[in-house]
Parts: sequence; structure tokens; C-alpha cells
Amino acid sequence: MTTVTADPAPAPAPPGRSARPSWLRRSWEKHWYAWAMVLPVVIVLAVLIFYPLFRGIWLSFTNLTEANQVAEICTRSITGGEVCKDNPNKWEFVGLDNYLRVLTGEVGEFWQWTGTTLIWTFVCVACHFGLGLGLATMLNRPMRARGLYRVLLVLPWAVPAFVSAFAWKFIFNERFGLANAALSAVGIDPVSWFADRWTSLFTAIVTNIWLGVPFMMVALLGGMQTIPSELYEAAEIDGASAWQRFRSITLPGLRPVSMTVILLGTIWTFNMFPIIFLVTEGQPAGQSEILVTGAYRAAFEGIRNYSLSATYGVLILSILLVFSVFYRQALRKQGEVW
Amino acid sequence: MGPKRPGRNRRSPVKSLLLHGTLILASLIAIGPIAWVLLSSLKPGYAIQSSELTLFRDTTLANYSYVLTSTNFPRWFLNSVIVAAFTMAIGIFFSATTGYAVSRFNFPGRRPLMMVFLVTQMFPVAILIVPIYTIMARLGLINTMPALIIAYLTIAVPFCAWMLKGYFDSIPTSLDEAAALDGCGPFATFWKVVLPLARPAVAVTAFYTFLTAWGEVAYASAFIQTDNRFTLAYGLQQFVPQFNPQWEYLTAAAVLVTLPAGVVFFFAQRHLVSGLTAGGTKG
Repeated sequence: MTTVTADPAPAPAPPGRSARPSWLRRSWEKHWYAWAMVLPVVIVLAVLIFYPLFRGIWLSFTNLTEANQVAEICTRSITGGEVCKDNPNKWEFVGLDNYLRVLTGEVGEFWQWTGTTLIWTFVCVACHFGLGLGLATMLNRPMRARGLYRVLLVLPWAVPAFVSAFAWKFIFNERFGLANAALSAVGIDPVSWFADRWTSLFTAIVTNIWLGVPFMMVALLGGMQTIPSELYEAAEIDGASAWQRFRSITLPGLRPVSMTVILLGTIWTFNMFPIIFLVTEGQPAGQSEILVTGAYRAAFEGIRNYSLSATYGVLILSILLVFSVFYRQALRKQGEVW
Repeated sequence: MGPKRPGRNRRSPVKSLLLHGTLILASLIAIGPIAWVLLSSLKPGYAIQSSELTLFRDTTLANYSYVLTSTNFPRWFLNSVIVAAFTMAIGIFFSATTGYAVSRFNFPGRRPLMMVFLVTQMFPVAILIVPIYTIMARLGLINTMPALIIAYLTIAVPFCAWMLKGYFDSIPTSLDEAAALDGCGPFATFWKVVLPLARPAVAVTAFYTFLTAWGEVAYASAFIQTDNRFTLAYGLQQFVPQFNPQWEYLTAAAVLVTLPAGVVFFFAQRHLVSGLTAGGTKG
């Protein structure tokens, strides 16, 4: 793959020995090294991500399930030998059937899940970013106990997601949860959080916001610290108010970081499996499912339906790809090279 | 708002109160759920499930001793430590080499690789499980720890390589050139000169890879089949039967699970801000 730039002419000299290697030779060495350095990752990704992807795309056009995956049905005869014959219900190519069944709502609730996913993603990312930005702005000032605040505020990041899910499920427990106790304390009737679609979704969103703010905060705080302080000093001398400084120095300075973390945050939240799966469990009656959890349940509860899960996978990936392309184009239009 | 004089170091008492008040409130929200679980883990089961809430009631360590002695918890803990440690070590190495290659060398396929890293983040784990399971089965890795380590690496490495690439970008290439003049090959330059300078980003990578492996449930539940190979995240699900969760053991186990993550966090937290910075700015 790198031989295109290889120079066949020079005699093989021990690397690093020749006093001044030619440009071609140096670039060949560079490419060789670069490829060697990325190769393990490329191989693992190719085997474990891209092979499954292409296989998934193919499977989404078949009707493969756990039940019809074997090509031959073998029965053991009395003599100990095995008699095999073709499985009459063997899986086969079915064209766009899976997509039609999913998109028309024959299986699962694609459109409802998509709607919930969009709400979920938008609310979570907006809150992550807003709260993260607010906290980072506060933490970026010199003050007492700043280091302590920072450690405490980043702490939720260190908690494994399933523990956070459990902690919040515990808090939103209908009978002995902290949330209902707090509500009763101020004279509001206890809420059965998981009995209604919106309160159920609310608990998951709260959990996810709690979980996701630290990452945004840390990334934005890092971004703020790369903004030269001379800019702020100059603005203060010019009499700019705190709000003006924030709007005209901090926000533009954070643009590159913000664009990256918003894109990553959107992708991560869109595919955030454990929170919905463990906190709401889709209650009530699957109404709080997002696409990934809904697809998981539709495809894997009962007989595992591999082709259906592949279909959902392709649809989810397509949505995210379309989103990223538009996002990138929007950035390009504003002159951002990304 | 808007004091006209430079007053960033001296702010009015009201503003100071607001600032600290907000931060204290935010900190309380941040640690509240964990603290509540911690407090609950010290109560006996009946006190946890009572609707009357108290901070302390009949304080006991019985939940902990049950989890530590009457379940397979120590074994799961050890498994998790092994899986997380290998994921961390291998993950740091491959993220760093890849990040360095992408940062320093303009090789054919560099930009596509960066795009691929982003695209891998878009694949829903729940959907990948089955095909990966098939591959692992073909490689004979089902019910082994390497299966988990490899799977976790596919989750963590793309992001970490991306982040490290950003950090390496911020280290002047003149250092590489100086090292090359001293006779270092590209790998020696990377290993002896650039990597030590990237310590903050390496710390974040360590934190991220560790957490990925430590808290993952889906792959663990798909690939591991026997009780003595479970990792913590999956083993704990056994305390959550469909209808009667054993909250008291769950709380104690949750605390025990969070502790090691907390230790790793403690060592990494100083570097979090600076380490993540460059990675974010130079997508």
C-alpha cells in the first residue's frame, strides 16, 4: 500500500545510517512507520466493526433468525450415525421486507421510538452543553476551593453507567425513593414515575444529564483555558461587561471544542443504551423506549431475530450518518474546517 | 452586572455568594446520588425499603459482608480488574501509536481513518453484539476474557486515538526533529520524547479505557457464560431479579464497584482538563 511512493533505486542501507536520505526514501520510511503504527487498530476495527457492518447490511435483506439459521437438520439415528437433510425453512433473501415491516410499524414502533429518541437526544445534549458551559464558566474564574468543586463536579463521570442507572432508579423508586420523599416534604403527592410515558422518560433524562455534564464541562473548561487571557484583559480595559466578554471572546473561542463535543455528545446520546434499558426498562409498556433499546427488545426478546436487529442497526446508522453529513456541511458553510 | 473596572479577582460579596452557592448546589447534586447509595448501603434491608427516610438507621456493615462473602463478588471483582487492566494497557498503547501516526505522518489513508473513528462511534452496541458474538465464537473466544478485552478496545480506542491525536498536535514537531537528529527512529521519538510529554492525555485515556471496561454490561452478558468468569457489571445484575430486587445488596455492591473507578479517577482527575483540551479543539 505504501509502495506507490517507494523509491526502488537506492541500495538498501541500514535505516538511520545514511547521512541524508532522499526525500522519497524518507517519505517511504515515514509511511511504513505510520502504517505499522495504525495497523493493529485498523485490523481490529476491520474485523470487529466493519465486517459486522457489511454482514449486517446483508442480513437486513434476509429473514435470518435463531430458529432458521441452520442449513441442515441433523438427527441422530439409532446406530449412532447422523442423518442430515436440508432445512425446508432455511433462511433466505427477502429483499426489502424487513425495512417495510419496520417502517410501516408492523414490527415494533419505529416512528414512536424515533420521536422519543429525537426528544431524548435533543433535551439531553442541550442540557449537557448548557449546564456544562455554565459550570465551566464559573470554574474558569479564580476563586477559593476551585479544585475541590472541580473534583466533585466531575465525579459522576467516574461512576460506571450501570451504577448511576441503579442509583437513580433507587431515587425514583415509587415507594421509598428520595424523589417522592422530597415531593411529599413540600406537600406534593408522590408520583409513580414509571407509570407514565413522560415522567418515565424524565427520570431517564435526569439520569443521563447527571451522567453527561462532567464530560462537557471538562472539555469546555479545557477549551476555555486555551483562550489567551490577554483577550479578556484587553476587553476589560475597553470596558466590556462580563456578558459581552462571554459572548464575544469565550463563545467564539470555544467554537472548535463545542462543535466536536456536540457532535460526539449527540452520537453518544442517540445510542445511549444502558440508561433507558436499566432505568425505565421501557415502562410503561414500552412507551419510553428509544431506538436502540426498542430495537434490542424487538429483535432479541423471544426468538432472536438477527435480520431484524440488523435492519434496525442499518436504520440507526443511516440516521446518524445523515445527521453528521448535514452537521459537517453546516460547519463548512460557516467556514469551519473540520 | 458590568463593573467597569477590572475586578475579576475582587468580586462583590453578593456575586461571590451566588457563585459559591451555585457551585455548592451543583456539587451536591453531583455527589448526592452516590452519597445516598452509600448511606443506604449501611442500612439493613427493611430500613432501605421503608418509606420513612433517614440518613442513618441501624447502621450495619452486614450488606457488605454478605456481598463479599456469600456471593461470587470477589471473583467477579478480580475478573473485572484483569479485564479493565488489560483493556487499559493495550488501549493506551494502540491509541497512542495510532494517534501519533495520525498526528505526525501525512500518510495515505490518514483522513479516512479519522472519519472511520468517528463513524465507529455511531454503531449501536446492541446491534453489533450478534455479529461480534459470531466472530468471537469462530475464534473460540466465547466465555474468555480476551473476547471482552478486544470488544472493549473497539469501543474505547477510536475515541482515545482521536483525543490523543489532538494532544500530540499541540506538541511542537521541532522536538521530533531534534530527536531525529539525535538518531532516534520514529518509534523511539514517539516512545521516549513525545509520549512522556503527553502525560495528561495519556491519563485521560487510561481513565476512559478503564471506565469503558469496568462498567460495560451488554458485551459482558453476551460473551460470558459461566459464573466464575463474570465481570462485576454483569454479575451484579443477578441481584436484580425481575420482581424483587435485593436493594440492600445492590447498594453495597454499587459502592464496592464504584470505589476502584474512584481510585483511577483520583489519579487521573488532575489531568482531565488539560488532557482533554487539545483533543477537543483539534477534531
